[in-house]
Parts: sequence; structure tokens; C-alpha cells
Amino acid sequence: MTELPFGDAFFGLSWLDAIIRIVIIVLLMTLVVVYLTYGERKVVARFQMRLGPTRTGPIGLLQGFADAIKLLIKEDIRPRNADRWVFEFAPYLTFIPVFLVLVALPFARDWGVRNLALGMFFVFAVLGLNIVGVLMAGLGSGNKYALLGGVRAAAQMISYEIPLVVALLAVAMVAGTLDLNAIVSMQDTRPFILIQPLAFVIFFTAMLSELHRAPFDIPVAESEIVGGYFVEYSGIRWSMFQLAEYASLWAFSIFGSAIFLGGWQFPFGDDWGWGWQLALTLIKSLIMIMLIFWVRATLPRLRMDQLMSFCWKALIEVSFALLLVNGLFLYYGWPEPILAAVNWAGAILFLGGIYLRAVRKPSTKNLVGSYKHAEVPNQ
Amino acid sequence: MSVWPEERVTTAEGDLDTVDMTVNVGPQHPATHGVFRMVLTVDGELVVDCEPYIGYLHRGLEKLSENADYRQAMGWWDRTDYLAGMCCEGAYTMAVEKLAGIEVPERAEYIRVIMMELSRINSHFMFLGAFGADVGSFGTSFVYAWRERERIYDLFEEVAGDRMFPTYFRIGGVTMDLPDNFESRCRWVLSSIRQGLEDFDGLLTGNEVFVERCKDLTPVTPEQAIAWGFTGPMLRATGVPWDIRKAEPYSVYPELDFEIPVGLQGDVFDRFHVRLAECYQSVRIIEQCLEQMPEGRVLAPKLPKTLRINEGEIYMPTEGTKGEYGVYMMARGGTQPYRAKLRSPSFCNLSALKELVVGSYVADAIIILGSLDIVLGEVDK
Repeated sequence: MTELPFGDAFFGLSWLDAIIRIVIIVLLMTLVVVYLTYGERKVVARFQMRLGPTRTGPIGLLQGFADAIKLLIKEDIRPRNADRWVFEFAPYLTFIPVFLVLVALPFARDWGVRNLALGMFFVFAVLGLNIVGVLMAGLGSGNKYALLGGVRAAAQMISYEIPLVVALLAVAMVAGTLDLNAIVSMQDTRPFILIQPLAFVIFFTAMLSELHRAPFDIPVAESEIVGGYFVEYSGIRWSMFQLAEYASLWAFSIFGSAIFLGGWQFPFGDDWGWGWQLALTLIKSLIMIMLIFWVRATLPRLRMDQLMSFCWKALIEVSFALLLVNGLFLYYGWPEPILAAVNWAGAILFLGGIYLRAVRKPSTKNLVGSYKHAEVPNQ
Repeated sequence: MSVWPEERVTTAEGDLDTVDMTVNVGPQHPATHGVFRMVLTVDGELVVDCEPYIGYLHRGLEKLSENADYRQAMGWWDRTDYLAGMCCEGAYTMAVEKLAGIEVPERAEYIRVIMMELSRINSHFMFLGAFGADVGSFGTSFVYAWRERERIYDLFEEVAGDRMFPTYFRIGGVTMDLPDNFESRCRWVLSSIRQGLEDFDGLLTGNEVFVERCKDLTPVTPEQAIAWGFTGPMLRATGVPWDIRKAEPYSVYPELDFEIPVGLQGDVFDRFHVRLAECYQSVRIIEQCLEQMPEGRVLAPKLPKTLRINEGEIYMPTEGTKGEYGVYMMARGGTQPYRAKLRSPSFCNLSALKELVVGSYVADAIIILGSLDIVLGEVDK
């Protein structure tokens, strides 16, 4: 009881301390989710030469609250042929795992709900539960779009969990621990992205897929299956799905920034105190979130089979190769700079392959009257 | 859980019974571009059958036109291909003029061509934007398209007083002359369109995900395309350089210099690319028109107050935005046509939907439908 792995209890008794910390984190999360939805609308609007929300409060800052209130007072509709209990409990089962992830995340030194010795393992284990709620929503709605979306989501999340976990295990091997706080404090001189860039690339790709973000937003494809598994939900239950989506976006970003970008530690973390540490965590997670928004505003959606073949034919192979290389280096005790160099070479090869495919613009040479020939001389 | 009783059960390999599921797409669905409905029978993600349903937007255009004065019917023809109202007006007025033997002043012809080509760009931009959204880009392509469309619509408003359904053409010419600053405004809009096309090219054509989705998806051979009655960009994507503006020239198109973009194999990517390339050609046509446009009347003089046509019939094919937009008119005296008929390209292109869609994935079915570029006002008339 007295032996807390997380320093002393701030708020007296250990169980009371845990509850108070959870309440603080939940309140913070709610606020963050409200402003993430606002932020996404603003950021994507700027990408699209629009303004985004401007009317509610100064520069639309209260839009998230207005939406939340609207959703709360909306009618909660359950379709007649929905499976009642499955339908009604699905939103909570999508939300609770995300909420549990927040328990293990390090926000600053000794700032978090609990510091778990197997923190990374806990995050994997709990995030995997997310799929149960999604599948329940898909099956229980009694709607074919929802069924398609739920099954797509199940296939996608199960596949992408493998490269995600393997890539992070490679980092954990280098760090030698699964304790998130310990991993963060190891990065006082260099963040792990510098020595494990390939793992970061794989992690980021798989994260986009786990979050159902473009270009992997196949389970919720707006233009095909109009929202996928949550198509039949309305009002507060729908907003639970949104809450889960944005909360997991945030949780994943903090998780990724803790493991790869040095979390609260990297520049001057211990020297400048807890405020700086908290700011570092939030700034780094915002960078990740911004990247995700950027990708979403630019890329179209992949098809289901392309998504699967990308995972099984590219990501998994690369991540296992990474695991093997890291293992070799650690077993023989070869120096870290060489490990970093090999990883950089791998990352550059991987990204270069994708880039070369991407710049392979289809030939328009033989198209008669193609626009490249159609330049009109200046009048 | 037998939520869907209507499905038939098919036996797959082994002892496993699988159910082919019917998925209803439309008439209220973001991918149908209007009130179109198709019922897909899917085996997992594969489409095994597709049943299109049309008629949600039927307004009885042909019958209405047969019961109205030649001039009164104008406004309804705008509303067939509502993305390119001017092209429809052009086809209708040219059919009536040919039937009645009315000569149109040259300036009016040039104005018409400018307006029709702007409409074509407008419609193609709608396709480019909506197609990007179908493929899954989060509204970015849509907003890119909307910027140029707004500018074109603003120009229409300045010229004709209305944006979407201008009813600017008249039998014998156009309603009124262009405003004084038209040329500079039009050139500015054209440069903006060029920029918009470059943006599209950068956003979609060079995008690996987009190319991966569209390349080699349902290629159509020229023979198939002709057998199915494809016209317009759908036909040209297969490599057949068939354009009514060149094949059976009307208005002042013979005096203008432009090329016909064609595709290589008629897949979804080629359909996209042909439309993109056509926009550049339209810009070229408009620039030539602005240079060559003579001064003079815009409406033929001494037109009868009530147009009466004694006897005759006419089929006037024009190159609409979606293909051959043909107007058939038959007069047997009086102020109204005895028979009016529209050969709508969207309808003919849409009729091949089942052949194109069956065997592909659900996600592909959506973008194949998008690549047909149907407009429901024209399909349902």
C-alpha cells in the first residue's frame, strides 16, 4: 500500500489518490477532445481555403461545447431491428479501453494516474479491446452499412496491431524496459526517433490505421458506407463514438511522443521543472496530431484489399526485419551509432520505395491532345 | 441473427453457408450524386449483382415541352443537365432554329460558344471535385472545385442575371449583349481555372493512393463502348476520338482550333484524365472566341412574335458535357412542337453500370459510378 511505484501519493490515501487523478485526467481529456474537434475543423478548413467555425464565441472557440450540448439533448434513436443490449452497450465498450489507456500514460515526471512497470504492454492489451465495441456496434445495429463497417474495422485493426506492436517491441528492446516512464527518462540526450526511425514510420502508419484515419478510414468510409459502424447511432451514443475517436487520437499521440519523441524528457525536461515537462508532452502530441490532420486533408482512401496487402506484404515484413536487426545488435553489443545508422538506412529505403512509387506519375505521353501539349501561346 | 429475411442463401465450398447480402445505395447517399438508387448484391466485399433504379427526378420534360410555346419551354431544358445549363439551352435553341430556319448573328454564336464551354468546365469541375470525394479525399478536392465553380457562376450572373439556370439563350441569339468588362473578367476567370486545374493535377493525378485506386479499374474496349452507346468522355477515354464538335460541327466550332483528348484503355483513371484534359481545351476555345468575336447584333432581327413552325423534323446532336446531347423535334404546325425528345448521354452511359460494376469491390463500385459522371436531371428528364 505504501509502496507506490509512482512516488508519493499526492492526495493522501492511495485509492483516493488514484480516483482524484482519474477525475483530473478525465476532465482534461474531455476538454482536449472538445478542442481537438474544433482544431481539426479549423486546420482542415485552412487546408481547404475555408474558415471553419467562426460564429460560436470568439473565432468559434465555443463550437465544441455547442455541439456537445446539441448532442446531449438530441433524441436517442434505437432502430427496431437492432439487438437492444448489444446496440446500447457498444459505445461504452469502444470508449472504456481508450479511457483505460490514459491510466498508463506519462504526462510529466510523476504526473500520471499510475506508473505501470509493464506500461507499454498494458497499452497494447487495452487498445486491442477497442475492437469489441466496434464489432458489437456493427453487428448490433441491424444495418448493412454498419455490418460492413464493423467487419472491415475488425479485419483492419487485427492486421495492423501486429506491425504496431512489433515496431514498438523493437524500441522496447533497445530501451530494455516496458515501463513508459523509464523509457521516457532514457531519452534525456536523444529521442528514440533518432535511433529507431524505421520503427517510428511503421508506428505512425499503423497508428493511422488503428485510429481509422485517412488514408485508412475504410471502416468509416463516408462516401461508401456513410459512417460505417456508427451509422445508426444518434445523440449521446454517437458522441460517445466521437469521444472515443478523438480521445484515442490524443492517447496515441501522447503514447507515440513518449516513446519516440522523448516525451516530457527530451530538451531540458528535468532542468526546467514540471510545467515545461507538461508543455513538452502536449506540444509533441500536438505535432503528431497535426501530422494526422495533414494526411487526412490530403490523401484519398485505400481499398480494403490494398490496405490488407500493404499491411501483410510490406509493414509486417519490415517490422520483423527491424526486430531481427535490433536483436542482433543487442546480442553482440554493437555500438548504438551503428544501430542508428542501420535503422536510418532502413527507414530511408522504406520511405524511398514508397516515394518512388508515389512519384511514378502515370504517363500521359500517348494521350492525344493531352493537356501537356495544349499550352496556348501567350496572347 | 436474422435481421434481413429477404436474402437468398447460397452454398459456398464445404459446409459453410454464406449469405449474399443486398446493400441499398441511394436515393439518399453521398455517392449517388443526386437521387439515384442502386441495389448491390454483395458477397463479402465483392459485388455480384447490381440493380439500378432511376426516375426519382422525372419531371416530364418532353411532354411539358410539347405543351408549351417554343420559347416557353427554354427554362425546362436548362434543368436537364443542371450542372451545365447553357449547353442544354444551346442544344434546344439550335434545334428550334434549324427547324424554323432562323439565322443567328455571328456575335451571338461566339457568345454562345463561350458560355457553353464555360458550362462544360463548370460541369467537369463538379466531376473532378465529387470524384475526389468518392475516392475518399476529405472534401479537399470538392472545395478546390467549388472555388472555380463559384467564379464561373459569378461570371454567369454578371452576364445573364442568374447562376445555375440562366435562360440566357433565345431562339435567334442571346437575350442581351455582354457587359463592357466581360473580356477582362473572363480572362481573369480563365487564369483562375488554369490554376485550379493545376491544383487538381497536383492533388489527385500525382497521388499514389488515387492512381492505385483508379488505374486499371474496369477498362472498356472501344468496341464495348460503342456497343453500349457510350458517348462523350466515356467513349473518348477508350481511345475513340469522337467529339460532335469535330464530327458534326455546329455553331462556330469549325473556325476554332482545339484537340480531342483521348484515353488509352478506358479505365477509371482515363475517364478522369480525359475530363481534366478537356477543361484545358475548353479554356483554349474560350480564349480564341474572345479574340475572334466580332461586333454586331446578338439577336436576329425581325423575329416573329409568336414562333410558328409549319412542318418538319430535326435531330440536333450537340456535344454536351456528358456526351452526345441530342434534341429531336417534330413540328406539325402551330406554336408547339408535335414531339420533343431528348437523347440524354447520362442515361446511355449509365445503362452500362451493371456490366462495369459486377465483379469489383464495393468501394470500387462507388468510384465507377462516380466516373460515369451522371447527372440525374438528365437521366430522368
